[in-house]
Amino acid sequence: MARRENSEINAGSMADIAFLLLIFFLVTTTMDVDAGISRKLPEKTDEPPKVTIKQKNVLDIVVNRNNQILVEGTNYVQVGDIRQIAMDFIDNGGGFSAPSTDMPQGEACDYCQGSKDPASSDHPSKAIIQLQSDRGTTYGMYVSIQNEIEAAYNELRNRMSLEKYNISYNELLKDYKDNGGDKLKDRIDLLKNSYPQIISEPEPIK
Amino acid sequence: MSKFKKKKKGLPAISTASLPDIVFMLLFFFMVSTTMRETDLLIKKPALPTASEVKKLEHKSLVSTIYVGKSKDERIGGDKIQVNDKIIDVNDVPSFIFSERAIRKEEEVKFMTTSIKADKLASVGTILDIKEQLRDINALKISFSTTKGSNLKTNY
Repeated sequence: MARRENSEINAGSMADIAFLLLIFFLVTTTMDVDAGISRKLPEKTDEPPKVTIKQKNVLDIVVNRNNQILVEGTNYVQVGDIRQIAMDFIDNGGGFSAPSTDMPQGEACDYCQGSKDPASSDHPSKAIIQLQSDRGTTYGMYVSIQNEIEAAYNELRNRMSLEKYNISYNELLKDYKDNGGDKLKDRIDLLKNSYPQIISEPEPIK
Repeated sequence: MSKFKKKKKGLPAISTASLPDIVFMLLFFFMVSTTMRETDLLIKKPALPTASEVKKLEHKSLVSTIYVGKSKDERIGGDKIQVNDKIIDVNDVPSFIFSERAIRKEEEVKFMTTSIKADKLASVGTILDIKEQLRDINALKISFSTTKGSNLKTNY
């Protein structure tokens, strides 16, 4: 009887097999994480509710098909200027918020640090930013403006967060995402309600 | 002639025994960190705009993506809209969303997000048309897909 030696299995081709799999995965998969500016669209109603809004509570941003931006119908500005303009407008706090049941007068904005100009917005909860675009505006421009508006709100919330809780707004959001908890949620809600995002986008100019 | 004859030293073969381990490690890394490519783009790959205030989209399984960009054929102008593996008209966007809803659980439908991946040179008119269609069928959560960066100058 021949003695058979238990020889080792040759593992030299293991690397080749693994490389093959590796290359397969490299080709068929993508790594990109989908990130973007999120927006909530307004619900469609049959008849729009009739509300009267004072002109001073609306920040009117118009962008035309040549990607030129006009603010309040008079000022020709660059994209980079919008953030400050929007912040000044939202944070103005020149008047009172909308009256509620326990506050028939409405309350003044006690956290606003704006110039309290009576000709600008009354209260962050009333301040509306209206973005009127043209059908021919490029999407890049549109996103840039949306980004600047978002940045203005975030900066205001961040400032308030630092003052109140000594932690930045982003940290707060991250903390809530990682750990959750009602206390954090209350804080975030308070910040969001203090500077609510009210953005109106009318029909584009044809 | 010398007594101390130099021994001829050949280079010992480098052991490649650990090569499979290394490759497997890479393989697992890629398997875990990437996702399967879902669609083949029929339009030109949209050059996403840059934005600084981006939010990551959570729950990838609840995201339906709409691509907007130019046709691969240079001669065809205008913006094309692609969903899944076909180019559609703006009026077909609702039926796409309905088909996306149909394959999800009912309680998840309200968390569904529509991600718009549009080229930065696309016109806002097309995007607003899509938004209007989405409003019609109550698909209200949208996200303008962007790359993260602070240089907005590249957008226009």
